[in-house]
Amino acid sequence: MKELTVISGKGGTGKTSILGSFATLSNKAVICDCDVDAANLHLLLKPDVQETHSFIGGVKANINLELCSKCGSCEELCRFSAIKERQVNPYACEGCGLCYGICPSGAITLNDHQSGHWYVSETQWGPMVHAKLGIAEGNSGLLVSAVRKRAREIATERDIPLIISDGPPGIGCPVISSLAGTDMALIVTEPTRSGLHDMERIIQVAATFGCQAAVCINKYDLDTENCFSIEAAASKLDVPVIGKIPYNQTLSQSLLQGTPVTLLGQNEGASAITKLWQQVTGLLGV
Amino acid sequence: MKISVASGKGGTGKTLVATSLALSLIKNNPSVQLLDCDVEEPNVHLFLDQEPINETTVSLPIPKINEDLCQHCGKCTEICRFNAITLLKDTILIFPDVCHSCSACWHFCPTGALEPSPREVGTVQISQSGKLKLITGRLNLGVHASPPVIKAVRGAIDTDTVTIIDGPPGSSCPVMAAVEETDYCILVTEPTPFGLNDLSLAVEMLKVLNVPCGVIINRDVPGNHLIDDYCQEKGLPILLRIPLDTEIARAYAKGIPLVKSSPVWTEKFIDLYQQVTQEVTK
Repeated sequence: MKELTVISGKGGTGKTSILGSFATLSNKAVICDCDVDAANLHLLLKPDVQETHSFIGGVKANINLELCSKCGSCEELCRFSAIKERQVNPYACEGCGLCYGICPSGAITLNDHQSGHWYVSETQWGPMVHAKLGIAEGNSGLLVSAVRKRAREIATERDIPLIISDGPPGIGCPVISSLAGTDMALIVTEPTRSGLHDMERIIQVAATFGCQAAVCINKYDLDTENCFSIEAAASKLDVPVIGKIPYNQTLSQSLLQGTPVTLLGQNEGASAITKLWQQVTGLLGV
Repeated sequence: MKISVASGKGGTGKTLVATSLALSLIKNNPSVQLLDCDVEEPNVHLFLDQEPINETTVSLPIPKINEDLCQHCGKCTEICRFNAITLLKDTILIFPDVCHSCSACWHFCPTGALEPSPREVGTVQISQSGKLKLITGRLNLGVHASPPVIKAVRGAIDTDTVTIIDGPPGSSCPVMAAVEETDYCILVTEPTPFGLNDLSLAVEMLKVLNVPCGVIINRDVPGNHLIDDYCQEKGLPILLRIPLDTEIARAYAKGIPLVKSSPVWTEKFIDLYQQVTQEVTK
């Protein structure tokens, strides 16, 4: 079984558009949305939800005011400033349990905290695992791990040789969870000064996971000079540029309509993504 | 006045709005601070020519073991809820990347064998271009925790100066650290089902944080009412519309802020600030 994760450093470069199109081209993949913080792939692939699971992201402290002796140690020692005037702010509490351990009167309990849901769905193009982190909730890395674990189980159960994942933006905790154990990171960038900067950072992050990395430049014809700089930077870091997608009206249309561009008939964007897909499957050997 | 700029999702034009707003405000203000709190991918500096003033590092305390005192009782591994400490046969392994710096391990170590030791997680850079001060936070590669770096950036401001905060994408902990306790949040979105989805998540988050907000529609196309309908339903003001325009995209690609590539926008951003001020004092 092989795993492909599409990442970008920054959001808005076209990860989801590309992955949504890949899903329509593959016919033999488990589809995964690892951008649990702002999941969007479902808007393109319109999955039919079969299973809904709660996600327990950890624990949160709770103070029983009847038992509390007002000693103040919990408030004083909490490194996340989560306790004020004997009240726990659940958004600040990281569930470390320090307060629970030090409370002399046993007034603090740690309770399981549901911080989101994850789903197993069917789409026209295969099974899909996706999630929704609750508003203002943390621990998205753990939720990404849960999504990927289930995707692997489905791939094994149904004998599907490939998992394709839409990754989250950034270089922090959910991205790290999305890259752990993947075979290939497809880095989507665009020919802007920000795009170049973000690509260089994310290539370095991907390199620490030992997976194969490749770059695709979206809207490559937006700025020739920046596009050239990106190709030069990628080549210097030893990462191949395996696709270039033009700045294309049909792609904007597909976003407005919420449909993968590959389903909008013959067009420049669709044929560039189809070529990119051939490169990806070639490199992955599936 | 502290104004944050957020979007739910990256790539919608937060940085475009934050830089142009700050550059417009220096016309009428003695000084303006712009904070780049997208510490995972800070980009504001690419749009401004500034002179660096100083750089400080952001550190978090992580446990360090004194082997001489450790009796391998395993209390620390038991207490750590993040699996950052593992007890092997006769040694202890500490994984800095998963440590949350909660201090429980050294607090409960019965022999005092664990003590806090600083680990660098990022940097805060301050630079100046004319009346505009830029404070940039940068998370070190391979570090997962951006909120402490964001808090360090916010801790470096002069509280009396107009402050614009360019936030990270999403609607979880890093964004909350960037927008909490600001006077107003400008949400930048685009008129697609994706934009609407992310916008509604961000609006819910701001409700939790009790920060008032308004909306800027970027890449606006005539005849599309998706965002307008949502804003009307939620009673949110639409503060500004920036049209879908290849020329704007090209200038942005070259790293030229909108108000520099087409100066007619300066007045619009000054008006935007006035609208925000009115909303705040309402």
